[in-house]
Amino acid sequence: MRTRRAVILGLGGVAGALAFTLGLGAWRSRGTAPATDPRLPLPIAEMDFTLTDQRGATVRPSDWIGRPTMIFFGFTFCPDVCPTTLSDISGWLEDLGPEADRLNVTLISVDPERDTPAVLSDYLANFDPRITGLTGPLAEVERAAAGFRAWFEKVPRDGDYTVNHTAGVFLFHPDGRFASIIDYHEDRRFAVPKIRRTIS
Amino acid sequence: MRTPILAALLSLVGLPALACETFTIGNLMIEHAWSRATIGAERPGVLYVEITNTGSADDALVGIATPVAGMPMLHETVVTDGVASMPHAMSVPVPAGQTVALAPGGYHGMLMGLTTTLKEGEGFPVTLTFRDAGEVTVPVEVLSMRAEGPDCEHAGQ
Ligand SMILES: [Cu+2]
Repeated sequence: MRTRRAVILGLGGVAGALAFTLGLGAWRSRGTAPATDPRLPLPIAEMDFTLTDQRGATVRPSDWIGRPTMIFFGFTFCPDVCPTTLSDISGWLEDLGPEADRLNVTLISVDPERDTPAVLSDYLANFDPRITGLTGPLAEVERAAAGFRAWFEKVPRDGDYTVNHTAGVFLFHPDGRFASIIDYHEDRRFAVPKIRRTIS
Repeated sequence: MRTPILAALLSLVGLPALACETFTIGNLMIEHAWSRATIGAERPGVLYVEITNTGSADDALVGIATPVAGMPMLHETVVTDGVASMPHAMSVPVPAGQTVALAPGGYHGMLMGLTTTLKEGEGFPVTLTFRDAGEVTVPVEVLSMRAEGPDCEHAGQ
């Protein structure tokens, strides 16, 4: 009974990202005009943010150029979506084996308040060791999300808060061009070939 | 990197596989109650379970309770326009003749206010309250944080 649901929401994701991009018009207008479809993530080379990984190292998008890249957003306080995504990704990486060694696989926390590098380190120890986690000042996470046309929003909940966020996984070619999105909880029969096409 | 999966399987060897037992109340069959290990008790835990209604009348899961959480509630993960959120679910429908799963990426029990860390290999009881069938308490097996469900021989995979 462990049916995996393939949720096909690619276009919806783009629409959601568009809403966020419009909200960021003021910020965007200061940057260079995108040469690509404004609903799609920017090429990595045009992104600009500085975050810190779970080992305390500084990471900028320019560090990713030269390797195929897989990026997703999440936070460690959610017990359903995020472990499910990380578990899916760990499974994909295992299916790909050493082929995935040169893939940059990175989680960007949408809850930098609670997700310190130490928290990310504890959390990621439960999943494939090739997965990196990034956190940093909220303004830098917002700049990152804007580059990916991703959305996140802190929502008060039962005296605490949760964070709604873009659930897809973004794939980029080694030169930083956007390749495709793997939708939330997408079946590995579809996900693994998409990643393989990006790696090779 | 097969090691994590192997380790997860080995740790279950010799343990009574609680999640693989079937419990009944009225016309409802409760199976595969499991949870994921947590880091500490500050973060919420999760509850997954499958409910089969073998009767001819619809029922609904309306509440959950457990000694390991001060504020357990029912949630449903929904993805709208590519954005994931998890609104409260007032109840989870259990239609006649159907199996309903609280499963990763959909309906789940959200165990807020944990009173203890949930450790892989351990278990805890949960009381499920149904609108018509009433209450039943079943054991929940804590699996690894990256588990996708219990491995039961009778589970139709
Ligand atoms: Cu929840």
